[in-house]
Amino acid sequence: MYRGHVLCCGGTGCTSSGSEAIINEMEAQLKANGLENEIKVIKTGCFGLCALGPIMVVYPEGAFYSRVKVEDVKEIVEEHLLKGRIVTRLLYQETVEDDGIKSLNEVDFYKKQHRVALRNCGVIDPENIDEYIEADGYKALGKVLTEMTREEVIDEVTKSGLRGRGGGGFPTGLKWKFAYNAKGDKKFVACNADEGDPGAFMDRSILEGDPHSVIEAMAIAAYAVGADQGYIYIRAEYPIAVKRLEIAIGQARAYGLLGKNIFGTDFSFDLELRLGAGAFVCGEETALMTSIEGKRGEPRPRPPFPANQGLWAKPTLLNNVETYANITQIINNGAEWFSSIGTEKSKGTKVFALGGKINNTGLVEIPMGTTLREIIEEIGGGIPDGKKFKAAQTGGPSGGCIPAALMDTPIDYDSLIQIGSMMGSGGLIVMDEDNCMVDIAKFFLEFTVDESCGKCAPCRIGTKRLLEILTKITDGKGTMEDIDRLEELAYTIKNSSLCGLGQTAPNPVLSTLRYFRDEYIAHVKDKTCPAGVCKALSRYVINREKCKGCSLCSRQCPVGAISGKIKEPFVIDSDKCIKCGACMEACKFGAIYKK
Amino acid sequence: MKSLADLEAIRQRAATDVNIRREHDGTRIVVGMATCGIAAGARPVMTAFVEEIGKRNLSDVSVVQTGCIGMCRLEPIVEVMRPGEEKVTYVKMTPEKARRVVSEHIVNGNIVAEYTIGNA
Amino acid sequence: MDMVNLKINGQAVTVPAGYTILEAAREAGIDIPTLCYLKDASQTGSCRMCVVEIVGARALQAACVYPVAEGIEVLTHSPKVKQARKSTLELLLSNHDRSCLTCVRNKNCELQTLSEELGVSEIPFQGEMIKREIDDLSPSIVRNNNKCVLCRRCVNVCKNVQTVGAIDVTERGFKSQIASPFNMPLSDSNCVNCGQCIAACPTGALTEKDNTADVFDAIADPEKYVIVQTAPAVRAALGEEFGYEIGTPVTGKMAAALRRLGFDRVFDTDTGADITIMEEGTELIERIKNGGKLPLITSCSPGWIKFCEHSFPDFLDNLSSCKSPHQMFGAVLKSYYAKKHNLDPKKMFVVSVMPCVAKKFESQREEMEHEHLRDVDCVISTRELAKMIRQSGINFKSLPDEKFDIPFEEATGAGVIFGATGGVMEAALRTVADVLENKNIDKLEYHEVRGTEGIKEATVNIAGKDIRVAVAHGLGNARKLLDSIRSGEKQYEFIEIMACPGGCVTGGGQPIVNAKTYMEHDLKAERAKALYSEDERAAIRKSHENPDIVLLYKEFFGEPGSHLAHELLHTHYTARNRYTK
Repeated sequence: MYRGHVLCCGGTGCTSSGSEAIINEMEAQLKANGLENEIKVIKTGCFGLCALGPIMVVYPEGAFYSRVKVEDVKEIVEEHLLKGRIVTRLLYQETVEDDGIKSLNEVDFYKKQHRVALRNCGVIDPENIDEYIEADGYKALGKVLTEMTREEVIDEVTKSGLRGRGGGGFPTGLKWKFAYNAKGDKKFVACNADEGDPGAFMDRSILEGDPHSVIEAMAIAAYAVGADQGYIYIRAEYPIAVKRLEIAIGQARAYGLLGKNIFGTDFSFDLELRLGAGAFVCGEETALMTSIEGKRGEPRPRPPFPANQGLWAKPTLLNNVETYANITQIINNGAEWFSSIGTEKSKGTKVFALGGKINNTGLVEIPMGTTLREIIEEIGGGIPDGKKFKAAQTGGPSGGCIPAALMDTPIDYDSLIQIGSMMGSGGLIVMDEDNCMVDIAKFFLEFTVDESCGKCAPCRIGTKRLLEILTKITDGKGTMEDIDRLEELAYTIKNSSLCGLGQTAPNPVLSTLRYFRDEYIAHVKDKTCPAGVCKALSRYVINREKCKGCSLCSRQCPVGAISGKIKEPFVIDSDKCIKCGACMEACKFGAIYKK
Repeated sequence: MKSLADLEAIRQRAATDVNIRREHDGTRIVVGMATCGIAAGARPVMTAFVEEIGKRNLSDVSVVQTGCIGMCRLEPIVEVMRPGEEKVTYVKMTPEKARRVVSEHIVNGNIVAEYTIGNA
Repeated sequence: MDMVNLKINGQAVTVPAGYTILEAAREAGIDIPTLCYLKDASQTGSCRMCVVEIVGARALQAACVYPVAEGIEVLTHSPKVKQARKSTLELLLSNHDRSCLTCVRNKNCELQTLSEELGVSEIPFQGEMIKREIDDLSPSIVRNNNKCVLCRRCVNVCKNVQTVGAIDVTERGFKSQIASPFNMPLSDSNCVNCGQCIAACPTGALTEKDNTADVFDAIADPEKYVIVQTAPAVRAALGEEFGYEIGTPVTGKMAAALRRLGFDRVFDTDTGADITIMEEGTELIERIKNGGKLPLITSCSPGWIKFCEHSFPDFLDNLSSCKSPHQMFGAVLKSYYAKKHNLDPKKMFVVSVMPCVAKKFESQREEMEHEHLRDVDCVISTRELAKMIRQSGINFKSLPDEKFDIPFEEATGAGVIFGATGGVMEAALRTVADVLENKNIDKLEYHEVRGTEGIKEATVNIAGKDIRVAVAHGLGNARKLLDSIRSGEKQYEFIEIMACPGGCVTGGGQPIVNAKTYMEHDLKAERAKALYSEDERAAIRKSHENPDIVLLYKEFFGEPGSHLAHELLHTHYTARNRYTK
């Protein structure tokens, strides 16, 4: 029996900001104060507020400490844990109130969130199955196996309106039904944990913070479709998630929640991990399965669909991590409860990874239908440094950008498609006035060119040519004809590529062309980059009024492009200038600016 | 594990531990743990409470500390708050007294009057 | 059979379930362009040339893999489809070495044809082209990745049909290329030189090592006595290069053309095949009689031999020790024939025209010589012969039918069917039956070992003894057959294996047929028919009845399997690594 719990975030975000050292220090300090048998330290998964990491929560008070440093630990132990005095200066300031601390649920960042998939993340010890069970874990599996028929399970999932959270948004119940209907002596269930969108990490967080929720859901799915073997395809770059999954699978086996005759029924199910090497294309379902089979990770044409011919040509049900993470809640709370959340066609919640030019970077789970404005301005805390919002990219390299004019669009699968983007796996990258949209398109194209598997011609060569045209434009060598060619080629790739990667790869180009065509034209016609990002099109200029003629800039210039007489305004020779920006940094009078 | 009952048993067992993180209406035992309290022996008292509660598997009881209550001469001071009842303040506590408070007051609902502040 | 109704370009079509849209369209008289598709070998849907619009579907679909479904409406040539195809082709061309004029596949290139058919008039995309090194270290196959369109027909044939897997895609995306493991030269890999990759290649990325210059040089050299021999399968396909229908035998015109090319003597490898039957038949009889290693497996196909050395070294003792027919014949020419006609064998230059590129490798194996005389000095493929004929201004179609030179003018029907799968088996059985029964058996045709079935089995009763035989063609089938023997599931006395699916008529050195022709013709059967019809017309149809062969043994070797025969006509094998040479 412990009288207090210290929860430290051991997600990847906080781990990289040093939570491991803090946990070690905490254990050492507890020992030094003889508290090791009174206070328990628990390493949890992600709390979501990664910008404030490392994060530590102390119970029973529920004190939420943020940006904790190793040096702070001693104070927390001696003041809070020993003497019961909360260390106010370390508290997440949003939670501080005159008469004590506010519950986390009342803080702006969490207020509008609705944590279903992330319900246990940051709250339980992911390496302790008992804590998961305490949080009603494996109750849904028990219920399904002892009280529900396979058809009833599928029916419940169908009625919930849950759609695939991996990006496609295909109705999950229907997918289960296809796999259920497929004929075969052997069937598989699989979990897509090959999260590949740059910036998206919700699947990783779920696996790190609540691995059993996925294991339990896969067992439920296996029961429903008639499978007895499952695979989780996870990228090897997620070592913490892999470790926790391995522990969780081991614990579930030890409890008989995986293996033969689960809950004394005749249902048997076991799971294996398959580590991917991190190819983006392996998030595509057929490529993922090809990779599990031990072959080069490449997609193959559909049909046949995996539900009929998946792993080793056997019927296979494949869902994404976040999709699975919703399943137990649907079983426990009912389809009606689930479908009461969200919009007409998109039920439930969606986890987004907030990144880019936003104050509260991190992981948020919001009901479908929340507007982009709510996410960015309220939950995300707005844009840093008072800059102006320009666009948000959803769906990563497969998605598109949403301009400021559409900020009040309620976010769901269909509305995003309509405005030329897509849900994707939930990356949400915020861009402000300092971002060049042509450059953004180029950035995503560089990614897809790198990640194209090379199997089909439109994607293999087309994305490369798209990138070459974009580069030509950002280099200031583009023509108006290039813009037309860019658009035409983008449609060819979209229409004729073999798999989803290729079919969506041109989206960043098409959506920036749609909403920010003027920026393209500025690059081509005026040979300027309005955001001042594209090096080839920007120029460093000295403001004659402000320049004091101190010569510091000319001494910093590595190529001798700046000349002038002391105490008179200096000038930059644009032909020599390599645009390194050293002069601007050096100038003490703010006399140098980029044009 | 072979049945839902087995699962529920594990859940119950885990609940005693995890309950501390929940906002709940159960009994709170508040131990004064300022310098004065600690000097007067509040730590062993608190430990005794924690151990006794653990031993009895009481899931709805939390032990928390507080700072100086303001009557340093009566330390170690412990307040027991049971839902729907008046707060009871015990003074000059010892580990033995603590164990008795748990068995008589917390479990059986009978205030140990002789330890309360009124009898000090 | 379940039938499916669909609409293609508004036209109602009813086809069997399981058909692809490509097949259904073909039945409706609509050609959909393809590039990566190759019937029975490659269906990957990766080149996207065959994309079609399926009304209601989001993206365009590849017709070569998309199965027909009841009620679907397909548009094969809508503006959207045509634009997509053309654009994709332009992309392919933007990364292709477009030196068509000097390409070996000029006028016989599927990419070139597509470019014409889809009306590509300019390449709108400039940009990076990765310069790839040409791999010409193999004696059989040259790989030029600058001409490669990554359709992977070669990979699918090598990996899935032949189960060799010497090449595959390496790298990713734009950097993708077809390569051997670790990018080593093909000659260092487990490539068996069958050349099926060449036959599958739609462009000039895979070609045979061109030895025509060596042959022209030898002919021009007055010091050299240049003898040519042609394999049975060559006559069944050479005509295709000159506009003849598939399956037209052109034996007489071929002999005439060879003579006009300036060869000193024009012989028929069929005679070599007859010698092979004498030796291999004897070997079989002896192994059966003396309890030797069985099953005996034929050794005519050098692709198969190298495959066996790499992947089934435990079967090396099962291989017949006989050299392949053209090697035997080369050895005979430089010994018996030279002596008889008072020729200096050192000045003899033996050229083999083969349907095969593995024969190039085979002729260079160090075992293939006797007293420092190479059995065969140069091997050219059927394609190379056609090229020589064209380069020499010979109007093939107007040539008279001529005969091979004397002696060896008339080989047997048994020799000619060597070129088709099952032919060696049948030829051997004709002789073995006569020898074992010690009489002239009437049965000539063994239809149970004919045809294009991947593995054929039969039990033949000869002299009261059941001889269990099997025939496999294509190395994938060979693997299957040998695995079943390894596991003890099957037992045989005699097996014929040919590396190429269909046997030599569809060998890696034969005229290249485009993907569309593959769809319209049963190439293996039609070419084989040319050989079986020649067999039917032959005056003598059993090898041991060939008077030239009878004389050869009487004057020179004595008996089949004699010491001299072993020295000249037999060889040995070496176990190789599984994945490297």
